[in-house]
Amino acid sequence: MAELSYWQAILRAHDEEMARDPLVFAMGEDIGVAGGTYKATTGLYAKYGEKRVMDTPISENSYTGIGVGAAMLGCRPIVEIMSVNFAWLAMDQLMNNAAKIHYMSGGRIRCPLVLRLPGGTAHQLGAQHSARMEKVFMGVPGLRVVTPSSPRDAYGLLKSAVRCDDPVVIIEHEAMYNLKGEVPDDEHFTPLEGSEVVRPGKDLTLFAYNISVHWALAAAERLAKEQGVEAEVVDLRALKPLDRTGIAASVRKTHRAIVVEEDEAAVGVGAEVIAILNEECFFELDAAPVRVHARDVPTPYNRRLEKASIPNADDVVAAARKLLGR
Amino acid sequence: MDATDQKRLLREMLFARRFEERCAEAYQERQIGGFLHLYPGQEACAIGVLEKARPGHDYVVTGYRDHIHAIKSGVDPKAVMAELFGKETGCSKGRGGSMHIFDPDRHFMGGYALVGGPFPLAAGFGKAIQMRGGDEISICFLGDGANNQGTFHETMNMASLWDLPVLFVCENNLYGIGTAIERATVEINQYKRVAPYRIEAAQCDGQDIDVVMQHAETAVNYVREKRRPYFLELMTYRLRGHSMSDSGAYRSKDEVEQWARRDPIGIYKARLVAAGVLSEADFAAMDQAVQDEIEQEIIPFAEQSPEPAVEDLERYVYVEGGCTAWQN
Ligand SMILES: Cc1ncc(C[n+]2csc(CCOP(=O)(O)OP(=O)(O)O)c2C)c(N)n1
Ligand SMILES: [Mg+2]
Repeated sequence: MAELSYWQAILRAHDEEMARDPLVFAMGEDIGVAGGTYKATTGLYAKYGEKRVMDTPISENSYTGIGVGAAMLGCRPIVEIMSVNFAWLAMDQLMNNAAKIHYMSGGRIRCPLVLRLPGGTAHQLGAQHSARMEKVFMGVPGLRVVTPSSPRDAYGLLKSAVRCDDPVVIIEHEAMYNLKGEVPDDEHFTPLEGSEVVRPGKDLTLFAYNISVHWALAAAERLAKEQGVEAEVVDLRALKPLDRTGIAASVRKTHRAIVVEEDEAAVGVGAEVIAILNEECFFELDAAPVRVHARDVPTPYNRRLEKASIPNADDVVAAARKLLGR
Repeated sequence: MDATDQKRLLREMLFARRFEERCAEAYQERQIGGFLHLYPGQEACAIGVLEKARPGHDYVVTGYRDHIHAIKSGVDPKAVMAELFGKETGCSKGRGGSMHIFDPDRHFMGGYALVGGPFPLAAGFGKAIQMRGGDEISICFLGDGANNQGTFHETMNMASLWDLPVLFVCENNLYGIGTAIERATVEINQYKRVAPYRIEAAQCDGQDIDVVMQHAETAVNYVREKRRPYFLELMTYRLRGHSMSDSGAYRSKDEVEQWARRDPIGIYKARLVAAGVLSEADFAAMDQAVQDEIEQEIIPFAEQSPEPAVEDLERYVYVEGGCTAWQN
């Protein structure tokens, strides 16, 4: 078992898949000669050459579309968009083409595209470089959306995504590329569907994904120490489709739920999870589920304001105490 | 080209005309729904270009006015008509409709509704061909209006930068719906717009199929041999409205009549008659045979085919087992 950082785990997945299948190729801005904005493709250009590790012009919509076209003919493109904010420019190709071609063709054409999107609030990058877009993608039939919270999953989800016949959007987090964690030495695949209980508990469930898993885990630790509360932490991991069964199963055990998300609340993951709880296990709930989420503002530059705009472990602890009446 | 091929080409254009006219009737009878964009007037473009390519081998993509490009690519006209009727036997199983004809078996990679959307897809096919190392080319048919999308410029740049084997065919029919080209575009000669991307380009008459084929041959050979993009602009005109819901208010009767005199079928037929390849009577018989085929084979097939089952509504959103199949 090796300790790898998030970016090294992504790099390893790229490397293994590219070595295995000559039709796997990577494209994106500065991913080749420069090695990638977050180093996730370092060294691949030297190893696989410019036809398979393509530095693209700054044309998000069209290089995404080139990825879609190549995927339709059986290639396995891994497209990196430098920042999730720039993915707005690629919406047409992603939403109108990648997501719909399999359906519109009556299942006759597949689009095994992988789109990697670094996102989230990092460190004072300002409003146009700090955002989450999962709520946009997870509402779209035909797309799969996954989001790794650890190096192990960053590796395993990319591996699975490359092999998947559907288009997969992977939402990574800019503040996690240097996060270290254990990644098994053996090749492995993280499922693109289903959630994972990353800390079992019985008193309440903290649903989280991506960076918020870490806040939830820190909060669960403190709740155990300070309150004697056993919080279960569920890493949602796959946002499209969401794991209805796993979400309901946890709450049938704990009867209380908090959704922790870095994103603004409106029309988001929390709203969806709570709707699922209503539909699947309403009468199992001992209290109304709540959301811990970002404030409804464009991300500010000032460090204090920026920090205040997104939640943290303290907010999760406070919400849990309130929910439990302690 | 010998007389047999000449007669076949004339028949293909005539078939395209009658097929589309029959679609309009079926639309009026509400057997076809949605948006319907028909091709009369532009037949020499798709048929002339693809005559010089290798349909079924080369990959073809286009916009929403896609029936004839599909048929010339070898898609069964019965499956196209059934698709328009929304039937399970349609080439997209009734899930696509008029604007979304697909047949990967014939390398017809689709009709797309968003203007300019297919440019990058065509380049992506070129990229895949390049990676696989085959001798296919990718052929993208779009209109003049599409060239004002960002995808036009972005794709021309990348196709040239990366030596992608793509033939871009611009069917310049002088209008984007009701907006005349000079009211939307500074450089009305579309082939000049790819010069900054160092893409070889030419402009020619799109109404005379012999002229189209002559230029298409050069273009196709260039892309196939040089493995580089090429841009061919065909000057053409649609004789009907943009879609079935077009007022026509933006064009003068005079203009439409002038172009009707340059009807591609009329031009080619007159040439073949003058050369003694076929007589007026032969042409009338050909026309009858085409209409009989449509009426006796194609329409009944579309009418009698079953609709998709409602239970199958959610089928094809994802590839069945597509996320785990490789694990077994
Ligand atoms: C992105 C987008 N914008 C607008 C439309 C509406 N629309 C459909 S066809 C069309 C005109 C396109 O003109 P052109 O590219 O010249 O094609 P033509 O129909 O003349 O062959 C427009 C504006 C659309 N389908 N997609
Ligand atoms: Mg036009």
